[in-house]
Amino acid sequence: MTFVTLTRFFQNYAVLIMIIVLMIVLSLMSDSFLTIRNLLNILNQNAPLAIMASAMTFVIIAGGFDLSVGAIFAMGSVCSAWLALNVDPYFGLMMAPVVGLCLGMLNGLAITLLHVHSFLATIATSLIFKGVAVVISDGRLIPVRMAEFTWLGRGSFGGVFIAVWVMIAFALILTFVLTRTTYGRKVLSVGGNEEASILSGIRTNRIKISTFALAGLAAGLASSISVSRISMGQASAGAGMELQAIAAVILGGTSIYGGSGAIWRSVAGVLLLALINNGFNILNADPFYRDLTTGLIILAAIGISAAGKRR
Amino acid sequence: MNTNATTVPAIRAKGIGVAFGGISVLRDVTLDIMPGEIHGLIGENGAGKSTLGKVLGGYYSASAGTLEVFGTRAHPWNPPAALARGVAIMHQELQLVPDLTVAQNVFLGIEEHRFGVLKTTEAARLDALMASSGFQLQPNAVVSTLPIADQQKIEILRALARHAKVIVMDEPTSSLSKGEITQLHEAMKALRDEGRTVIYVSHFLDDIMETTDRVTVLRDGALVATKITAQETKSSLVSAMLGDGKTETPFPQKKIPANRTAALQVTGIASRNGANGATLHVNKGEIVGLIGLVGSGRSEIARAIIGADPATSGEVVLEGAAYGKASVAKSNDLGMVMVPEDRRKQGLVMTIPVCANMTLPHLSQFSLAGIIRSGLERLRAGKLIDHFSVRPADLDGNILNYSGGNQQKVLISKWLMEDPRVILLDEPSRGVDVGARETIHNAIAELAEKGAAVLLISSEIEEVLGLAHRAYLVDRGRIVEEIDPATSDVAEVLAALFRHQGTGKLEEAS
Repeated sequence: MTFVTLTRFFQNYAVLIMIIVLMIVLSLMSDSFLTIRNLLNILNQNAPLAIMASAMTFVIIAGGFDLSVGAIFAMGSVCSAWLALNVDPYFGLMMAPVVGLCLGMLNGLAITLLHVHSFLATIATSLIFKGVAVVISDGRLIPVRMAEFTWLGRGSFGGVFIAVWVMIAFALILTFVLTRTTYGRKVLSVGGNEEASILSGIRTNRIKISTFALAGLAAGLASSISVSRISMGQASAGAGMELQAIAAVILGGTSIYGGSGAIWRSVAGVLLLALINNGFNILNADPFYRDLTTGLIILAAIGISAAGKRR
Repeated sequence: MNTNATTVPAIRAKGIGVAFGGISVLRDVTLDIMPGEIHGLIGENGAGKSTLGKVLGGYYSASAGTLEVFGTRAHPWNPPAALARGVAIMHQELQLVPDLTVAQNVFLGIEEHRFGVLKTTEAARLDALMASSGFQLQPNAVVSTLPIADQQKIEILRALARHAKVIVMDEPTSSLSKGEITQLHEAMKALRDEGRTVIYVSHFLDDIMETTDRVTVLRDGALVATKITAQETKSSLVSAMLGDGKTETPFPQKKIPANRTAALQVTGIASRNGANGATLHVNKGEIVGLIGLVGSGRSEIARAIIGADPATSGEVVLEGAAYGKASVAKSNDLGMVMVPEDRRKQGLVMTIPVCANMTLPHLSQFSLAGIIRSGLERLRAGKLIDHFSVRPADLDGNILNYSGGNQQKVLISKWLMEDPRVILLDEPSRGVDVGARETIHNAIAELAEKGAAVLLISSEIEEVLGLAHRAYLVDRGRIVEEIDPATSDVAEVLAALFRHQGTGKLEEAS
């Protein structure tokens, strides 16, 4: 293996290498890290974020950005809790993804009809969504203490939390869609060269709208898991998750300029962020340094992968 | 003008060569440009006149040869270095900041300041500059509100503010009206009379005849001759531009189409982007050329036909069936496709592999319920790679690293995968090597033989004459003449283009 292929390998798999290094370090420093219980807990806690990051990958590959998924998460949380109380708990859980899908589609329509950058459009819509969530919940918490509602977030199947199964299934389906379907191919080409895609007969606006709809659906799904787990709907849920999801996608090595990327990368990005957090917890390290460390690791990871792309 | 042997030339080029991606666009150009002259650079499309202008102006650096500026070697040679030596270039696309004022643009980067705080001397400096140059502009006018001619004056003032002694102007008149062109020519003469040098790159022969002292003719990237303009005529310059007989690989034999049924009929198509009422038709099995100078609206006509630009008026009839609001997707479904001129910007998706690029417009053919049938896709793409001998012949190859010729082969084969009924080819062999060019020419002939209607756009007149059964001349977005390639030669076509260009300009000036 020559030096060039070796550095290329490091750049491609920077996030996996960092995960492995971190896992080795943490298992040497603490006996409680490398236990099935701890690892499953990490996965379970981060299942909602991983679901959102997987869908965000589609948005970013198609050349967009979605800063409203945190607000959609809040809408999902409030709507499902309200519906669970007032209509039916199963119906409430089911409707969160549907609400998310509709809001995501609104994002896509706003971006393509108004010809504005997705960054700006989703800042605006996130305020709107958040505002509506506050109005629906009347600014209060909506507690839902029923087993028919909490099974999704707290239950487990075959010794593993249901949320983790949902996350795995969602990531696998999206991987299949991105790599094996005509839709996935179109998403890649719209992000890679929009003009060429239009001239190849692809209706690029539809593709863009659909990626935002997907991100909305994922935020709704994530919120239904989360609201079921804490058995409480609230308009402040999901705050900051949009930035975490984007950070995870970029950390994984998906190009911020669109046109290339992979779902596993984003899931790995979420896990890397989660491991840092977990490390601080089990080592009883000073939590004041947590953000600082996370920031430095993100900077290192994107620096490594950007180094090879400069021409 | 001053061609006195004792004067040091403003710029002396010795054996200048330029190559882009292994393709040589300028070879062994040796040329002296004297202080106090207006020096024209002319040549056919692609002869290298613009490239030479950019090398002299410091925008490109030469890959071979040396440049001397006022007697000393110019090395390194780039825009800042050129400016420091008194050489400025005015691009075809003006490089102004639209939201700043005239004064701010003129002194951009050379503002007078004390510890970063701007001094209030700008107005006085600009007044002095305008007084000495004779250009009058409102110092506080915002650039985006000014006509192009005034914006060009700002570019000139900007060059003068940096004490430029040589100004390269690359096609400065292409977007000007007749009156504005006269103004610009006056300005150029004023600069010359002050002892400055103007290098004037243009494909408008009248303009060159009117203003320049000497003119250098380029052909196929080589210098043909440098002449004193007063001793030349328009036709002597045209024949110098063309030369006698080019080395060209033989074109494939033209097969006469069996039956003359129209595949594509276009009536009065116009778009905001530059098509201006073009009417044309292409029969089955026929190759029809569109010939025009750069900026004549050739590509824009094709874009309007296929629906890439919305047509504001006009009708497109495909095999007898009219269809209304065209879109590229709809055209493709009906079997009409376009190979765009810029393969990197409009043609290929650089982030996906070769195979995926080839099948991109035909995904529905390779899928079942939206899932790509990878085996079938690779089989069909592999056949095309063999047929066009794309190198490297790798389905998963990274298209970014392919040579221009092989990228172009991928781009064209992408559109031939599903046997189109009508194909619009825009510059199919631009910037490719001889081998790829021949492959592409044969593919075009073969396509017509199979019954497709081909509309061929090329800035190389020879290519169109060699391949097409009929050809249209285009000027300002409409068809001005139809010619028979079998009985026309390049000189006649070029002469005709310049003739129509003249009439077009008069109309616009009114």
